[in-house]
Amino acid sequence: MSDPFDDLMDAMTAATPKPDAETKAAHLRLAEENFARHQETEDAARLTLEHPEKPGLFQGVKQMLQSISAKAVLTATTGIAAIALVGVIILPQGGDMTLPALTDTSAAPGEIAEASVASDVSDAEALSYEAPVMDSPVIVEEFAASPQFRTTLTAPAPTLGIIGDHIAVAPTLQPQSNTEEFANADANPVQITADTPVSTFSIDVDTASYSIMRSSLMNGRLPSPDQIRVEELINYFPYDYAAPTGDAPFSQTVTVTPTPWNEGTQLVHIGIQGELPAIAERPPLNLVFLIDTSGSMNQPNKLPLLAQSFRLMLSQLRPTDEVAIVTYAGSAGQVLAPTPASEQDTILNALTSLHAGGSTAGQAGLQQAYATAAAMAQDGEVSRVILATDGDFNVGISDPDALTDYISAQRDSGTYLSVLGFGRGNLNDATMQALAQNGNGQAAYIDTLSEAQKVLVDQLTGALFPIANDVKIQVEFNPAQIAEYRLIGYETRALNREDFNNDAVDAGEIGAGHSVTAIYEVTPVGSDAILNDALRYGAEPATDTPSNELGFLRLRYKTPGEDTSQLIEQPITSGMGTVTDDVNFATAIAGFGQLLRNGTYLGDWSYDNAITMATAARGDDPFGYRAESITLMRLADTLSQ
Amino acid sequence: MRMTVDDKHLAMAAANGDRDAFSSLLARHYDRLFGLTFRLTGSRADAEDLTQDICAALPAKLRSFKGDAQFTTWLYRVTINAAHDRRRRFATHARAADGWGDWEVNRRAANEEAQDKADWLTSAMTALPAELRDTIALTMDQDMTHAQAATVLNVSEGTISWRISEVKKRLRALHEKELSQ
Repeated sequence: MSDPFDDLMDAMTAATPKPDAETKAAHLRLAEENFARHQETEDAARLTLEHPEKPGLFQGVKQMLQSISAKAVLTATTGIAAIALVGVIILPQGGDMTLPALTDTSAAPGEIAEASVASDVSDAEALSYEAPVMDSPVIVEEFAASPQFRTTLTAPAPTLGIIGDHIAVAPTLQPQSNTEEFANADANPVQITADTPVSTFSIDVDTASYSIMRSSLMNGRLPSPDQIRVEELINYFPYDYAAPTGDAPFSQTVTVTPTPWNEGTQLVHIGIQGELPAIAERPPLNLVFLIDTSGSMNQPNKLPLLAQSFRLMLSQLRPTDEVAIVTYAGSAGQVLAPTPASEQDTILNALTSLHAGGSTAGQAGLQQAYATAAAMAQDGEVSRVILATDGDFNVGISDPDALTDYISAQRDSGTYLSVLGFGRGNLNDATMQALAQNGNGQAAYIDTLSEAQKVLVDQLTGALFPIANDVKIQVEFNPAQIAEYRLIGYETRALNREDFNNDAVDAGEIGAGHSVTAIYEVTPVGSDAILNDALRYGAEPATDTPSNELGFLRLRYKTPGEDTSQLIEQPITSGMGTVTDDVNFATAIAGFGQLLRNGTYLGDWSYDNAITMATAARGDDPFGYRAESITLMRLADTLSQ
Repeated sequence: MRMTVDDKHLAMAAANGDRDAFSSLLARHYDRLFGLTFRLTGSRADAEDLTQDICAALPAKLRSFKGDAQFTTWLYRVTINAAHDRRRRFATHARAADGWGDWEVNRRAANEEAQDKADWLTSAMTALPAELRDTIALTMDQDMTHAQAATVLNVSEGTISWRISEVKKRLRALHEKELSQ
């Protein structure tokens, strides 16, 4: 019998993972940067010294060592040389000031190469230094470090590339230990109208599920059914529904069409279009970026992509807007105090210098972000915390329930919370969802720079300016007309029937210009497609209301800043609305999403059908989103065979 | 040439501002450091975060390295202290238990019930008190003698031996309990 102690040792050896090469490289880089910075602070202090003679020589020799040791030419002997010279510098008696000059000569080739890089970026800064000649090696080196860092940030992450109109993601190895979690529920079942005539849910403008699906397919894997939330796939695309004309901040368009995958049923398509207020008059924004700088963020598609994404976004901000940056699980809490968006350089510098080090608890980061937002808020301004993370929420408030409770409490302060997910492997989609839903915000997943462009540039106004809060939809079907119905998607957004009129119950927000789509599949009375047999002993459906309405649509919403909701009502009648490309495209995506979720109700409708339908309904597609989705359908088709 | 320079000299050079010495010193020890942080925390994510904290703080800490101890001994003491700091921070949060038993590990362990081996390791480690866990995390390092471990943990060598035998005793008890079930 083996000894349990040896077993433990063996198990431990087996369980201990090899360090991730990228993380290791990032950590070593971080350490080297900190090392350099550490030397820098010493040097900076020396510049103000009033008695440069002896310390000057000491420092000069020391700098010489640094500049020598940075050069590849001398790597082999540096360690020994350094030790030897450290010994020497204790001894010098006179001020032989030519020593540093020697350094310059010996290291000249490397120095020139680095200096030319540096001069591109910071000519002015370099010139403004009134440093003695002997300081130049070190100064040049310091600047040289900064453009290198910038280059890594401005260059697209290695996994990105644009080929034609489509975004191509180079295949990357999936992380070995995958700890992702996804929020989802079983697909909505078919409901019998006579039993449960009322369907209630909250709208959802999140798009994370689409990007996650795309990143899986681009990596050559079918997403798991859990990862697909059909409504997020549908709502990923902008639709051009009729814009509101009256007082309401949005308008609804109902269209009843035949179901492509079932002859015996119809689709009730509800399109909601938010108004697009004149952008010129938008209120000033207060944005607090809360950025996760924990170790796991050190990958090209995480922190660098994040910094790059926020750079894109800065171009969309106005001088009256303010930006602050708070980090957690990394360097000190607030890395950028509230700064007007006009000071782009300051903000960009803060963004590009994001790196991890030291420690701040996540909870403190979150609290600090909200406190900063509260301090920035003034009347008529919109405040929002934008949390960017790869899903490592185990820092800080480690209990997801406590976290959402905290955010719910903060919601009442009027500060919105949006969640941006980055990278795969550690993504906690469930927590992201919960946070955004509780924080009155949007959850988006940024897998490519084009996605950042879509979320943070093209649709920024919608993402940042809510026009209606707590938007709930309730549809009551008429049992005399509709035997059965089924809501496609919105599984995680279901509400109780009584929640509809209860203004205390939270629901989703609509942003400026957002469109939201919900689709029901309904089975008319007498259709062959009815799945449930009538009850032998059940009561006959009430037919005393000889209405030919299919159902009745009710919408509730709150104007931002108000506590009482307003009601919009509209009957749904047979054959209402005109079938547009938008309706057909949304239907094709709904079908696609259900196929990815194993399509229980789709019969033999296939990816081919979805591709044909989506291609025919592609319409204008100025940004190429729809074309991309057709590519994804083709991929899914191939991968599923 | 560089390879013949021992840790202590590299560390002294690094403490005096030799960037190259610092880089090669850290590169030389990174894997062992990561192995230790993993054994201390029990999760890859925590190990990465802890290693990052240490890498970030090392340049400043290195100044206190005077060369009177072996570099690894010094580095491991820094690591143990950082791990304790981290545990203390977590302990202030309502539901976070320490190290091996924290919420993340529970969650992950629940997800991976199939992996009996990892489960057994986790439960065995969780069953041990923190100082015993730290002790075996340290002594598992092949090059770490009991004397060195004693220096790192600032206890006597006898204490280390006692702790190891205590771990063996507890594991045997655990094993017998498993057998009897």
